Amino acid sequence: MSEQTNPIEDPVVEEAQDQSAPVEGGLSEDAHLHIDKYESMWLKIAFIIMGVFFLSVIVSSFAIGIQLPGAYARIDPTTVNDPGSPFAEPGLRELAPGKYEAYYRAQIWQFTPREIHVPLGAEVSFYVTSQDVMHGFKISDTNVNVMVIPGQVSTLKHTFDKPGEYKIICHEYCGQLHHTMYAQIFVDEPTEEVASGAQN
Amino acid sequence: MAVKSMTAADNAAAPVPVPLTEQDLAVADRIAGTSIFLGASALLIGVTLGVMQGLEHVGINLYKYVQPWVATYYHGLTMHGVLNALVWTTFFIVGFFTYAIVRSLNRPLRYPWLNVLGLLVMVIGLLTAAVPMLTNNASVLYTFYPPMKADWSCYLGLTLVVVGSWMAGWGYFFTLYAWRKEHPGQKQPFIALTVSITMAMWQLATLGVAAEILFLLLPWSLGLVQGTDPLLGRTLFWFFGHPLVYFWLLPAYVSWYAMLPAQTGGKLFSEQLARLVFWLFLLLSTPVGFHHQYTDPGIPQAWKFLHTTITFSLAFPSFLTAFTVVASLEVGARALGGKGYFGWIRKLNWGNPSYAAQNLAMILFVFGGIGGITNASFNLNLAVHNTIWIPGHFHLTVASASTLTFFGILYWLAPALTKRKLFAPKLALAQAWTWFIGMLLMGNALHLLGLHFGAPRRTMLGSAPYASPDWNPFLMESAVGVTFLAISATLLYIVLIGTLFNKKSDVEVKMPVAEPLNPSQSIPKWLDSWTPWVFGAVALVLVAYGPMLYQLIRDIELTSPGWRVW
Repeated sequence: MSEQTNPIEDPVVEEAQDQSAPVEGGLSEDAHLHIDKYESMWLKIAFIIMGVFFLSVIVSSFAIGIQLPGAYARIDPTTVNDPGSPFAEPGLRELAPGKYEAYYRAQIWQFTPREIHVPLGAEVSFYVTSQDVMHGFKISDTNVNVMVIPGQVSTLKHTFDKPGEYKIICHEYCGQLHHTMYAQIFVDEPTEEVASGAQN
Repeated sequence: MAVKSMTAADNAAAPVPVPLTEQDLAVADRIAGTSIFLGASALLIGVTLGVMQGLEHVGINLYKYVQPWVATYYHGLTMHGVLNALVWTTFFIVGFFTYAIVRSLNRPLRYPWLNVLGLLVMVIGLLTAAVPMLTNNASVLYTFYPPMKADWSCYLGLTLVVVGSWMAGWGYFFTLYAWRKEHPGQKQPFIALTVSITMAMWQLATLGVAAEILFLLLPWSLGLVQGTDPLLGRTLFWFFGHPLVYFWLLPAYVSWYAMLPAQTGGKLFSEQLARLVFWLFLLLSTPVGFHHQYTDPGIPQAWKFLHTTITFSLAFPSFLTAFTVVASLEVGARALGGKGYFGWIRKLNWGNPSYAAQNLAMILFVFGGIGGITNASFNLNLAVHNTIWIPGHFHLTVASASTLTFFGILYWLAPALTKRKLFAPKLALAQAWTWFIGMLLMGNALHLLGLHFGAPRRTMLGSAPYASPDWNPFLMESAVGVTFLAISATLLYIVLIGTLFNKKSDVEVKMPVAEPLNPSQSIPKWLDSWTPWVFGAVALVLVAYGPMLYQLIRDIELTSPGWRVW
């Protein structure tokens, strides 16, 4: 603006008219951010650290495929037990050899089914919903960790490569007996008959 | 210089600065004292309940001795969370800020009645929420996730506490605004500016919880609507829930940057970067809430990933803080003769309980910060979400970084407010160290229990049928930590109550204020102007939350009836 009206104005004069002309330790339009040498080094290190973390997240989720739960399906929590609802008779179903789906109904203070058996190497897709309040669904020693929210169906997939007992623990406070809410998954090693049967 | 004459001309047009009288100080200090007294009283109950929880985990059940006052573990846990994380923090912060802003500006509160009213509304809210909570009619924990339904008065009371804290913030904004009118062209004093930035961030963040309570929970708990939408409620809660942790942390940062260096002969290493840190927190604190909902169904992964990115960028202001604050303290230690790469650390003011408590709080925050980055790391969160790792984490942040710093502040602020000497400074020093050791042990144990065994958080572990004997050494370590904390809390209240009844002191205790290391360094205007940062913060919230919130509200299904499950 002042440049247009008086393009050859002495810059020193202009500075004097500027309210924000540099005052020692005060405000200034043209003061720039000063970063100490060591602080700058530190910031670069921080940047590298966060960059490596960020890359690890990207690689593990998109290349290795450790996924978070996302949007899957909604359900009216008052109709969870109605005939025709997949959660009315929850449990394990075999879809194909080695592939299963498991429907779980969470309610105060239990999971249904209480216990399932799957063979070693089974790939299980879990579908969980709640018929009352929020619950949690975490299978010990796995990456299956999901919130169970009334009105939503939570889903995650896991392949059981180690035999033994796994515990599903409710990890969201759901009332007076929350600490008693859990279920079990048994991953069975193949017996010889089953193993030979599978070969035939 | 021409510059000088311009400044004089400006001052002629500006209103005459209002002097700060003894009476003005008395008003501000009464607000501060009352608020802090109430906060500390809440903490006394909250900490006692925390000790009971830790001991329950190793089989020492104290609940049978406190019937019917604490009906169940979860009744106690609800009060532990609300009293410590919401009441103690908010009341202390409002008190501390009210004391600090009038000193920083050397100007009375613009509308003292507004700050008095704010405190009054907070107290009414506290009493309203206390009734259902004490009577076990609202044992929904401090996250009060629907469709667990508390008594409506609980939601109303918590809202009033927040609204009261808004009014306190408005009081500071008007005061800072008046100061700026009286001092055109001058930079805003650091403490007043950072106090106001914290409160501005709080205004933006609390919109989420205000919307949750006003539009979902209150109509539903009053019976006006039959059902609610739990995912929408949870999303609105976490809109508020993460910036809440910065509301706890930033007052500690105010002290670490602007006060603590002066308590060990140091100077603020870089005022420019210190200001930048607070602006960055205003900008980035709110649009990160989905990192608490990584394991939620109903929210697409892409949105969760966006919040991962913004949360990671929030690490930078904390990395900056680590450097600037430590450098500011080092300046002091070297001035006192400290030498060597690490030898200077011994020259810090370790004998002073106010200083020691805050420095120990910082050390614990290093672990809290690293754990926080883990939690924010998208799929890595699957390993720790809702395990007892999480309480391990936030006992190193809110219960250490913030709370232990607040204790340190109290060791000069209580004498300043009461005009009495600090009672038994040696006990206060022991208090700081026992809190540090206690949190270190408990934090370590809870992190490991969560990571290795997946032990769940907010659970009565001593009675859980699935608890494994492998957990016992860690639960025991945690119980030892809890014992240290119980001793520490006892010392704290001996010192505070002792100070309250100590003899009057002639020596006036003043707020410590750290001078900038380089006082001639100018501040760029963009580090002193509100507009870009406020607009930036709002814009970022709209980008990071707008589309998902729009979708959740558009598809709202009020199908979940309320449950009383305690």
